[in-house]
Amino acid sequence: MAGQTLYDKIWESHLIKQVEGDTALIYIDRQLIHEVTSPQAFEGLRLAGRKPWRADANLATPDHNIPTTSQERRMGLEGIKDPVSRIQVQTLDDNCKEFGIFELGMNDPRQGIVHVIGPEQGATLPGMTIVCGDSHTSTHGALGTLSHGIGTSEVEHVLATQCLLQKKMKNMLVRVNGQLQEGVTAKDIVLAIIGKIGTAGGTGYTIEFGGEAIKALSVEGRMTVCNMAIEAGARAGLIAVDETTLDYLKGRPFAPAGEMWNRAVQVWLQLVSDDDAIFDQVVEMSAGDIEPQVTWGTSPEMVAPVSGRIPYPAAEKDPGKRGNMEQALKYMGLEAGMEIKDIHLDCIFIGSCTNSRIEDLREAAKVVAGKKVADEIELAMVVPGSGLVKAQAEAEGLDQVFKAAGLQWREPGCSMCLAMNADQLGPGKHCASTSNRNFEGRQGFRGRTHLVSPAMAAAAAIAGHFVDVRQSSQD
Amino acid sequence: MRKFNTQEGVVIPLDRANVDTDYIIPKQFLKSIKRTGFGVNLFDEHRYLDRGEPDTDNSQRPVNPDFVLNQLRYQNATILLARENFGCGSSREHAPWALDDYGIRVIIAPSFADIFFNNCFKNGLLPIVLNKDIVSKLFDAVEANVGYTLAVNLPAQTITTVDGEVIPFTVDEYKKHGLLNGLDEIGVTLQDAQTIENFEADWREKSPWYFSSGAESSGG
Ligand code: SF4
Repeated sequence: MAGQTLYDKIWESHLIKQVEGDTALIYIDRQLIHEVTSPQAFEGLRLAGRKPWRADANLATPDHNIPTTSQERRMGLEGIKDPVSRIQVQTLDDNCKEFGIFELGMNDPRQGIVHVIGPEQGATLPGMTIVCGDSHTSTHGALGTLSHGIGTSEVEHVLATQCLLQKKMKNMLVRVNGQLQEGVTAKDIVLAIIGKIGTAGGTGYTIEFGGEAIKALSVEGRMTVCNMAIEAGARAGLIAVDETTLDYLKGRPFAPAGEMWNRAVQVWLQLVSDDDAIFDQVVEMSAGDIEPQVTWGTSPEMVAPVSGRIPYPAAEKDPGKRGNMEQALKYMGLEAGMEIKDIHLDCIFIGSCTNSRIEDLREAAKVVAGKKVADEIELAMVVPGSGLVKAQAEAEGLDQVFKAAGLQWREPGCSMCLAMNADQLGPGKHCASTSNRNFEGRQGFRGRTHLVSPAMAAAAAIAGHFVDVRQSSQD
Repeated sequence: MRKFNTQEGVVIPLDRANVDTDYIIPKQFLKSIKRTGFGVNLFDEHRYLDRGEPDTDNSQRPVNPDFVLNQLRYQNATILLARENFGCGSSREHAPWALDDYGIRVIIAPSFADIFFNNCFKNGLLPIVLNKDIVSKLFDAVEANVGYTLAVNLPAQTITTVDGEVIPFTVDEYKKHGLLNGLDEIGVTLQDAQTIENFEADWREKSPWYFSSGAESSGG
């Protein structure tokens, strides 16, 4: 019999029963909750007179709607100017209290973006099944978990039953061989993968990321890669457990300790795909060929290396794709054939669950240290992913580096990644953003997003247009 | 949940691939803590010429006359015809809620994003995957005939055109059963409560490290 993939192993260990057709009932170890996709789920519980199956399996925090300036944050709920947003955050507080769910509230020093605080608290542990009413739940797969984004009805279902009805996906392996060039990061790897397989390339699959270049990444880098698995169409992405994973987790609040840790580690180290496991599809990439990436369109697959040009729609054979490219260029106000380096920027956003962890901030700080943000940049902001990331960055003096260079230093939250709070990109403005989606209107009405790594965003802040961060230090 | 059995209605075409959830319902409307009322903001950024907010009076807003939703021939449509990878992006269930609230009951496309596809079934909507060429033909037919309708029959798993052409489609048995009977999925799962409890007890025994509460150990 052929071996099992990592996905097969976690699936099998959580399979309660096969229901009907392809659908199975699987056990869920952890649910993360935020204010946007949970109110209707709690309301559903209340209406049906149900209680959470296991309240302590849940961890909640508000992140999408909350303000990121310190004056507003200091005012607590009152600081949320938009009354509709305020009600949503208040509702999360009330629901967590009513149903006995542990919440890191808006001004708790450990609050942050759900996908940043899960791993940071050790609430994300290898071999777990994890869900959240948020598509970027795939992030947690970086620690060898099976993590799905789910809808609100499913949030309610998991609250009430601790199970999810789910169809087993197919297995895809994306193997990134060799070594990255200096200045090329996890973000560039995942953008290059999406550029290659497309935004629907992973639909129906769970993607395992492997190969030398993935193994060489830190856990934070791995999170950046898994975070964007959904942008390739895969509901879940994951990476095998190794010493790097264990080193990251040891000593975190929710992680086991002492004898329990030793026992867990024995089990966790088996969380790798067997050598003879069969994948339904394998994609090979060469890390050495990957350059820093920049998206030029309105879908993450519309991406080019920084040394490249915006492609010509006319050269695209598929009429549907050609139409999309034309639409995208029109929306972005860009011309086919233009050099990526000639794209001028108005705004810089360093943050989001893709790239707002301490290593991301260190990389960005290194690039801007001792320099000044270009005059044409109207707004440059750094939004740490959690209160703990913020505190760590401040202890290292990174906040001072950013401020001295002319970037704003904000409080943790989702911020301009999706602009549900007051942090919005203006119409027609171009933003170099370390987030994960460049859809129309994502960062603000008619705003134009270019997805890049933190180092590339930082270099663009200084130059006012895109530059190759590998050369920018010599500029 | 509302039952779904058959649906005959006007078809509205949205000729664009990779329609994402931000396109279906922009984020400023996700701040609501209710499940209803999203229909007037379906496709908001394309349907209106200005930017809407949750408290805007939509009847006063300038509409985009070129957008399909605003064209007379597609009024009261209940079947949405779409292109590849419909519903990609976020997991927000506000997307199917908005379609449902507007009156859409069936979505036909060559492919859907996984989470959106799932979310539809939870809300009494039927997403149907058809071969790309068939979808293209339907786009042509809708374009050519004002008031073009289709008849969707879930028990028989067929779509019938006005000319009597029958197009079969497939659907997962469990999901079909749920839609036909308007099942409360949580209630159904809870019939297995004993099985879940047994599984959980066994799992706790094998993997106790997943069951300790960090809330206590961190003093929070
Ligand atoms: S940072 Fe952006 S992508 Fe991540 S959870 Fe928040 S809104 Fe979603």
